Amino acid sequence: MLVHVPGPWSPLLGRLALSEIPYKNLILAPLFVLIVLVGLALVGWITKRGLWGYLWREWFTTVDHKKLGIMYIFLGLVMLFRGFIDGLMIRTQQMLAVGPGDNGIKAMGAIHGYLTPFHFGQIYSAHGLIMILLAATPLLVGLMNIIVPLQIGARDMAFPYLNALGFWITAAGAALIMISLFVGDFSHNGWFGYAPIFEMSYSPGVGVDYWIWTLELIALGTTLGSINFLATVVKMRAPGMTWGRLPVFTWSAVSANIIALTSFPCLQVALALVGADRYLGTHFFTAGFGGNLMLYTNLFWLWGHPEVYFVILPAFGMLGEIIPTFSEKPLFGYVAMVLATFAIAGVSWIVWLHHFFTMGMGPYVSTEFSVATMLVGIPTGVKVFNWAFTMYRGRISYTAAMHWALGALFLLLIGGLTGMMLSIPAINYMVHNSVFVVAHFHMMLLCIVYAVFGAVIYWWPKVFGFRLNEAWGKIMFWLFSAGTALVFIPMFMLGFMGETRRLDWPFDPHWAGLFDVQEFGIAIYVLSVVSFVVLLFVSIRDRAKERVGADAWGTSRSLEWLTDSPVPFYNFAMVPEINARDEVAWRREHGFLDIRPDHYKAIHMPNNTPVALYIGATLFLLGFALTWRIWWLSGIALLATVALMIWRSAKGDPGYVISAEEIARLDREARQKMPVDGGDTVPVGGFAGGQIMAYSREVSDQDRSHRGPKSW
Amino acid sequence: MSSSETVVDPDKVRLWSEDYEGHDVISTRTFGFWMYVLSDAMLFATLFAAYGVLSYPHSYYTGPTPAQFVAPWYTFVQTMALFLSVLVYGWAMASLKDGNKSGVINGLLGALVLGILFLALDIHDVMRLVAAGITPEVSGGLSAFYCLTQVHAAHIFAGLIWIIVMLWQVARKGFTEDVVGRLISLRMFWQFQAVMWVFIYVFVYLWGYMS
Ligand code: HEM
Ligand SMILES: [Cu+2]
Repeated sequence: MLVHVPGPWSPLLGRLALSEIPYKNLILAPLFVLIVLVGLALVGWITKRGLWGYLWREWFTTVDHKKLGIMYIFLGLVMLFRGFIDGLMIRTQQMLAVGPGDNGIKAMGAIHGYLTPFHFGQIYSAHGLIMILLAATPLLVGLMNIIVPLQIGARDMAFPYLNALGFWITAAGAALIMISLFVGDFSHNGWFGYAPIFEMSYSPGVGVDYWIWTLELIALGTTLGSINFLATVVKMRAPGMTWGRLPVFTWSAVSANIIALTSFPCLQVALALVGADRYLGTHFFTAGFGGNLMLYTNLFWLWGHPEVYFVILPAFGMLGEIIPTFSEKPLFGYVAMVLATFAIAGVSWIVWLHHFFTMGMGPYVSTEFSVATMLVGIPTGVKVFNWAFTMYRGRISYTAAMHWALGALFLLLIGGLTGMMLSIPAINYMVHNSVFVVAHFHMMLLCIVYAVFGAVIYWWPKVFGFRLNEAWGKIMFWLFSAGTALVFIPMFMLGFMGETRRLDWPFDPHWAGLFDVQEFGIAIYVLSVVSFVVLLFVSIRDRAKERVGADAWGTSRSLEWLTDSPVPFYNFAMVPEINARDEVAWRREHGFLDIRPDHYKAIHMPNNTPVALYIGATLFLLGFALTWRIWWLSGIALLATVALMIWRSAKGDPGYVISAEEIARLDREARQKMPVDGGDTVPVGGFAGGQIMAYSREVSDQDRSHRGPKSW
Repeated sequence: MSSSETVVDPDKVRLWSEDYEGHDVISTRTFGFWMYVLSDAMLFATLFAAYGVLSYPHSYYTGPTPAQFVAPWYTFVQTMALFLSVLVYGWAMASLKDGNKSGVINGLLGALVLGILFLALDIHDVMRLVAAGITPEVSGGLSAFYCLTQVHAAHIFAGLIWIIVMLWQVARKGFTEDVVGRLISLRMFWQFQAVMWVFIYVFVYLWGYMS
């Protein structure tokens, strides 16, 4: 039954051996030392400041949707950085390796450039997987996590514990791919995997196994999250929040999570079948023995295309919140916008085949998928025009957030138009698997990144209580945009010149100049990363000056701006009654914005729990043990996971109650901390959610008095 | 949408909901579980698609095709065991409405025994095939056959563990909100697996036997 692995295997350590640790590699070994040093410094710092208890109580065990959202975004940013470094390495390799002859750096064992083909293959595979599933997805899920419950007037997600579970499982996936840097190899055959190269006979190492289990973990985490979002929006809306009043970002979250819920199982199955081939010796995707290579490709893109819309739709939703706020107008064509969102979500299911027109399925099938793909352009166009008409005759203020939103629109245009070109089979046969395709989808994914940066700037004050520095936000925008132009315009050109994707050795010397331009663009991207750090530093240093009240921008419209900034851990002291589509704009218009409730009611809140973290840890162990075929550890990890679930279910969570008087006191305090009518500023920052554990049933009075650092 | 011309009487407008009782926990959970069932349905749909693609004559390579080894009568007994299990679970839920604890426990026990019978028959069938050299390694078609049927069996196994957990929780905790919510979810899970089995029985066993 079990596949016999080539190379050594021991019952205790599986395939793991000291030789799997690349301590001789001139890149990885110093990197490892660096990471260990930074890690030690961090641990030392936390210990010295005595922050472990605080971290454990307020973050690691939290079930608060805002804190989980912040952790999702943090994870997404870290992985975005990792993916960026991968991209930088890919670009540098191509710039160095271009041209005939062997120009490689011999000390690194490379014939061309500085990376061996095998190492290069791992980097580009990791880059793609990380950027789509561990950078874009967590960033978007994190923003949805924070904003969706606030926009519908809920106290939390429908299932707070499930929310934590989803996060920790995703984090386990991230940890697994990170550990593949230093223990063994990662997959070298692309982020989506080619059949049958990932079969045991062609990829005997552990790389593909890492790839399988990383994806499985992320898929599991995301599916759990999508169940939670849908239940939250359907069941937890405040009174008066009818479907016709739902903010567009929440609508986009609904559509995106319907996609996620229905499509991620396809990915799970596709990869489980690859796993069956590699572990159990089945023949799903083998060449020969009745296997079918294209079955894999179909199953993968059956998930893969809906997935790209799963990531773009929330980004569209963010634009739908940012643009009206800074145009001081309600969104143009709300109903059309919602319908367009769902039209896109629906069509996303019937176009997967455009990722492999070259499979050659004949004119009828190709035409269907070609036309279906082009149909996506209609609702997308509707959206673009709606945003344009929202701005038309609006009072536009060019804030940093607005810069990013407008940049996203621009990229959407380029990405959409090149997508239209690709959807014509006759053109597709010419440019498929060239870097033209790569440039197309980077326009799309960068559109998402732009929207996310805009959204982070836009919602930051809601979460932390102060605005980010406008000037640095714009500097970062322009640097980032210059980088985008310099990297991807040459990439479109190279695509037309016939450069195929994933070349570790671009042989044609005519490409050299464009590679140099791209490398220059990457250097500017590096500057924009630096400016992002400066942006955070400057903003946090000056946070007292930028302290804001509930309505941080003064022109915001949807419900999340009704509650205090930073948002208290119970979200709303009293659940608001919704009277209009843009509730906050409506209250502002009628002079109700500053009215606070005159009495309060007790609130029931869920307790913190470490079980989600434990399950994330056991699943990480499971993935690691399966990758290395350490059967006893896999068994233990699996049993531990099940046992933890049963234990949690037996224990249950009665939650705890905050009395009405306590809410009244907290609300009074929160009001005192907020600046009065944009006048005097009060120098208090802090996190959304504040110090929850101070109110939890389970902590002693001593814990209560010690509430961790006040601000940071 | 209201425009600024309409005057709203500040005394009449309701800004905070006084009588909001919070959401209904059981109905929210049930909805969430429905969502899970939907994703499970997609999982089976994908497996069926894979089975369909891998059931051409050449998919079986040189090995046997289902027509040569499936035994629809045997699996019919399995079908009956699973259906009866669902039925008995339904009785447990009927007792739940009356708050009859021993009724619920007996119903769960019956469902458990019948579910174990189903699983035992499945394992026995697999052992019969393996003994005849009909294993998933033989061909892509057989891989798909085993995958589809055994993923279903794995669901049944998980369901059995869940039933045992619920037996224990009902006995120890009685009908708390948590327990009742879980009993409802488990019923959905159990019925859904029976429905999936109907598809498997028709497409894999009956159809495989006839083709
Ligand atoms: C107007 C809408 C769009 C159209 C018509 C379109 C069309 C296409 C086509 C035809 C391909 C296949 C190219 C080939 O491999 O030969 C493709 C690839 C791709 N598209 Fe799009 N697309 C659109 C929007 C998007 C969006 C919104 C995203 C993501 C946010 C996206 C991400 C991708 C990715 C990741 C790939 C390539 C995957 C890979 O091969 O690694 N596209 N697109
Ligand atoms: Cu696509």
